[in-house]
Amino acid sequence: MSGVDPGRVRESSRSRVRVVGGERAHVGLDRREVRVCVALGLVALVLGFVGLWAGDFPLTPGEVMGALVGPPFAVVEPIAYTVVVEWHLPRVVAALVFGASLAASGAIFQTVTRNPLASPDVMGLANGSFTGMLLGLVVLGGSWAGVMAAALAGGLLTAAAIYVLALRDGLRDFRFIVVGIGVSAFLAATNSWILLRLDVETALFASAWGAGTLNNATAGAVWPTAAVVVLLLLVLPTGAATLRQIELGDDLARATGVALDRHRLLLLLLAVALVSAVTTVAGPIAFVALAAPQIARRIVGSSGIPLGATLAVGAVLLLAADLVAQHVVPLTVPVGVVTVVIGGAYLTWLLRREMRTDR
Amino acid sequence: MTLDRPAPTRPPAVPATRLAAEGLTLRYDDRTVAEDLSVAVPDDRFTVILGPNACGKSTLLRALAGLLAPAQGRVLLDGAPLLSLSAKERARRLALLPQTMSAPEGITVQELVQRGRFAHQRVLRRHSESDRRAVADALEETQVADLANRRIDELSGGQRQRVWIAMTLAQDTPLVLLDEPTTFLDLPHQIEVLNVLHRLVARGRTVVAVLHDLNLAARYADHVVALRDGAVVATGSPRDTITAPLMREVFALDATVLPDPLTGAPMVVPADTRSGVPVS
Repeated sequence: MSGVDPGRVRESSRSRVRVVGGERAHVGLDRREVRVCVALGLVALVLGFVGLWAGDFPLTPGEVMGALVGPPFAVVEPIAYTVVVEWHLPRVVAALVFGASLAASGAIFQTVTRNPLASPDVMGLANGSFTGMLLGLVVLGGSWAGVMAAALAGGLLTAAAIYVLALRDGLRDFRFIVVGIGVSAFLAATNSWILLRLDVETALFASAWGAGTLNNATAGAVWPTAAVVVLLLLVLPTGAATLRQIELGDDLARATGVALDRHRLLLLLLAVALVSAVTTVAGPIAFVALAAPQIARRIVGSSGIPLGATLAVGAVLLLAADLVAQHVVPLTVPVGVVTVVIGGAYLTWLLRREMRTDR
Repeated sequence: MTLDRPAPTRPPAVPATRLAAEGLTLRYDDRTVAEDLSVAVPDDRFTVILGPNACGKSTLLRALAGLLAPAQGRVLLDGAPLLSLSAKERARRLALLPQTMSAPEGITVQELVQRGRFAHQRVLRRHSESDRRAVADALEETQVADLANRRIDELSGGQRQRVWIAMTLAQDTPLVLLDEPTTFLDLPHQIEVLNVLHRLVARGRTVVAVLHDLNLAARYADHVVALRDGAVVATGSPRDTITAPLMREVFALDATVLPDPLTGAPMVVPADTRSGVPVS
């Protein structure tokens, strides 16, 4: 490495002026991301165990382990098995897999639009799913599957509407976000209007779902959805290199060989699918998609969003938020309320930070 | 040319062209930038596109690189319509450095230059030996190898521009297009960048650049394309194109053109038009 006096100010011709804090070693960045992922994996294990153990039914840690490893290796009380494997495990798995899914979706949105404030929840997909869900409740009545399908359709239709409205002579990042925010506001108003017309009981149920909750994360709902999400996440690595090129700007991405229009559409479809799958079971959980990629980037210290670490952060974030929602807050609240609080704090911090460094 | 002559060491007088535009009409939304524009880029030469602001230089370059689909006409690369090639195939033959780029915050020189290799890599494949060599060569050619582990945002404007050029070179294409690669640089840094481009041509690449400085263009260009209002006004060697009448026609600039005392290339000295001083 060549010698530089650290902390010197360099003027730049093509990007903004920045104060440089000195040199950092960048060799082995991948290794740093791996270390972060391993550390977060350990945190997830500990939190996961707490999630399996904690609850109204008193269990010893030994009973939890016994229920997990199963009859050949341990004597299992049927009631412990029911509580740990049938009640707690789906919820823990849902928190981990759904958190990773939302985070991945946010990473795609933020990279494609090159804007850290872009995420599926900010851009109205969550409100769209909720609109679908509410319409499903009104039109289809109680059928759970029908309501879920309506929520999925609501999210997808919202995404399609934003895409078509924002598309004019190619996709311009800024217009995309502004259109999303506008559609989001419109749908939020629609949702309030529908909620006011429902009877109290249905409205309460719908509101809990609308805040984002894992209370509906039963085995029957979680296993198929988690399987779909995992399959979708397996596709993600194939888009990683393309996402890195898109970070360089539209022109340079094209010039270096990205078929931009096609790949951007495919990546956004993947992101929408990831978030929609989660929303059908858990409702629109806010801020995980927004915050996880940026938190991961800052922990790893990478340029651009590190996908692996983003998934790990999202998983840990949602699991931790759900534990807080279930066990720390005096009365059980939807996890979405906790993530909103975390997200609000994060957003304030991010805006303060950007204002300080920008000029 | 008859067959019994010895083969020329340089390309023949009418040079071959791998990249050519035929009858282009270029539009952004409803604004027509150029109509019926035809340009041939001579191989293994340094072609400079000159013209006043907003005359369509960048638009032409974007069309030549396949970033802007012409409303009419076509761009041919090796005889095939450019837009019939896949994005990766095109990017293996032709590189473009746009006027504005965004570097991800905190990215290092090495990481950025590696991204020039995208078109040569398969999905999920890590960097191969040929990728490593191309990146090392590009860093060497642009003399930024000693900056490889530095962050882009720590570099001076001139260094940063050479790094972007290194990324374009790592793409390892026979054709390199650059949109105003010297803008915002001071004179020594402009010369530094142009020397890099000159070496590229000497090593057998075809370079096309949009430049603003007429005297540097005259010194470095092998071939000049002069544009005005989206139309080609003149093409040819700097000696044939950078002339007093043409400066008036293209730039509406009254100027005296003298031979450069060092190289003999044309040198443009604008007429003194300060108030009180009579225009010649």
